[in-house]
Amino acid sequence: MPAKKIVVTGIGAISPLGTSAAESWTALLSGASGARPLEQEWAAGYELPVAFAAQSPVRPAELLERVESRRLDPSSQFALIAGREAWADAGSPEVDPSRLAVDWATGIGGVWTLLDAWDTLRERGPRRVMPMTVPMLMPNAPAAAIGMELGARAGLRSVVSACASSTESIINAYEHLQQGLADVIVTGGSEAAIHPLPLAAFASMQALSKRNEDPARASRPYDVDRDGFVLGEGAAALVLETEEHAKARGARIYAEVLGGSVTSDSYHITAPDPEGSAAARAMLSTLTNAGLSPADVVHVNAHATSTPVGDEAEYQAMRRVFGEALEGVIVSATKASTGHLLGGAGAIEAVFAVKTLQERTVPPTINLENQDPAIPLQVATQPTALPEGDAVVLSNSFGFGGHNAVVAFRSA
Amino acid sequence: MALSTEEILAGLAELITDETGIAADAVQLDKSFTDDLDIDSISMMTIVVNAEDKFGVKIPDDEVKNLKTVGDAVSYIEKAQA
Repeated sequence: MPAKKIVVTGIGAISPLGTSAAESWTALLSGASGARPLEQEWAAGYELPVAFAAQSPVRPAELLERVESRRLDPSSQFALIAGREAWADAGSPEVDPSRLAVDWATGIGGVWTLLDAWDTLRERGPRRVMPMTVPMLMPNAPAAAIGMELGARAGLRSVVSACASSTESIINAYEHLQQGLADVIVTGGSEAAIHPLPLAAFASMQALSKRNEDPARASRPYDVDRDGFVLGEGAAALVLETEEHAKARGARIYAEVLGGSVTSDSYHITAPDPEGSAAARAMLSTLTNAGLSPADVVHVNAHATSTPVGDEAEYQAMRRVFGEALEGVIVSATKASTGHLLGGAGAIEAVFAVKTLQERTVPPTINLENQDPAIPLQVATQPTALPEGDAVVLSNSFGFGGHNAVVAFRSA
Repeated sequence: MALSTEEILAGLAELITDETGIAADAVQLDKSFTDDLDIDSISMMTIVVNAEDKFGVKIPDDEVKNLKTVGDAVSYIEKAQA
């Protein structure tokens, strides 16, 4: 059993559903979708096979000072906005800088900066490539932006595991707190990859939904007509802290973090292992390490991206873990509303899992019109009350490369 | 037509404000980029590259280290555009 209790004391988010955690959560409960057509000038110049994405309602630069935003790729701008919100939400704790750390992830990094600089190089020559290009495009830039903002000196760590990245970061934050490396850690993830190149590349591998005529209904996990994921963007942040530290300063505690587990399929670079054995082991060892059993779990925020293969593989993994008890687990696939935030996905879903526990309400999965008979999960299609009593929830994330990351939370 | 000292100063101040947030009226000829305005080397290079574009001049990398004050930069640009 873990030595210390680790708790969540602050949350923040900027997502296709809103510019704060509260706005995103409220929109999620209302059944909203963040997906809309790409009306930007840059999108018109290409005949993109997928012409929509789940987009932040506001460009992140508009929420920052101009001087700040000029030096940050949008992926770091999103990170800073969500990080600031979470920090303020935690009551801006006074922490010894040497006891404050950041564990932050992105799946891709500063893709806008990299490709804009490439255009500049080709069109205007090397002299015009801005000196901030490298520190803006590096995948640890979002962690550094938050770290500099807060003066964190116990380490800024960035893990990269595609769409499992930010769940893995949250697990790392938990473990770093358990190891005594810090008292408080800001953790989460961000992504800003709605750019013609990633859109073309994801479309080329047939990963994206092509429902151009109806973007809001394109992300439809578990539905028989699902045809791929919807690219999203944004960031979400959580402030994790030892319970001892949180209680000493009288902080509000949202939920307890029970830790998590990382496993790998090593089966195929993009396709999940259809047997789901490694994904199942990630769920099972998360529970075992916390001294729990599958029967303790009341809710899973699934990875469920709305791809034909991925949703079913995750179901197979869940069936391995829960067996018959799966009937008692209420599942949500919130990517139906948010789209897929890639390196930010695990973080926004962790924020939703924490809100689920705080408000004792499971969020709905929209667009589920004809549930795939091969995936007989209990899916909440309306906001649904959690059962009474102590509640344990899991949040699953899986990434290209065969990464499986699962994190667990318990009601405070 | 060549720009006047005042016009170059105003143009340069605009670039500095844009990059660093320093108020334009704080950008004066006798101010040191590093000691008074606290401009780091990355911002300095960004300002230089943008100044080359704005004023249609070339400022070689080797020259940049000689531009200690705003006045140094203004006179360099003034001569270079002549």
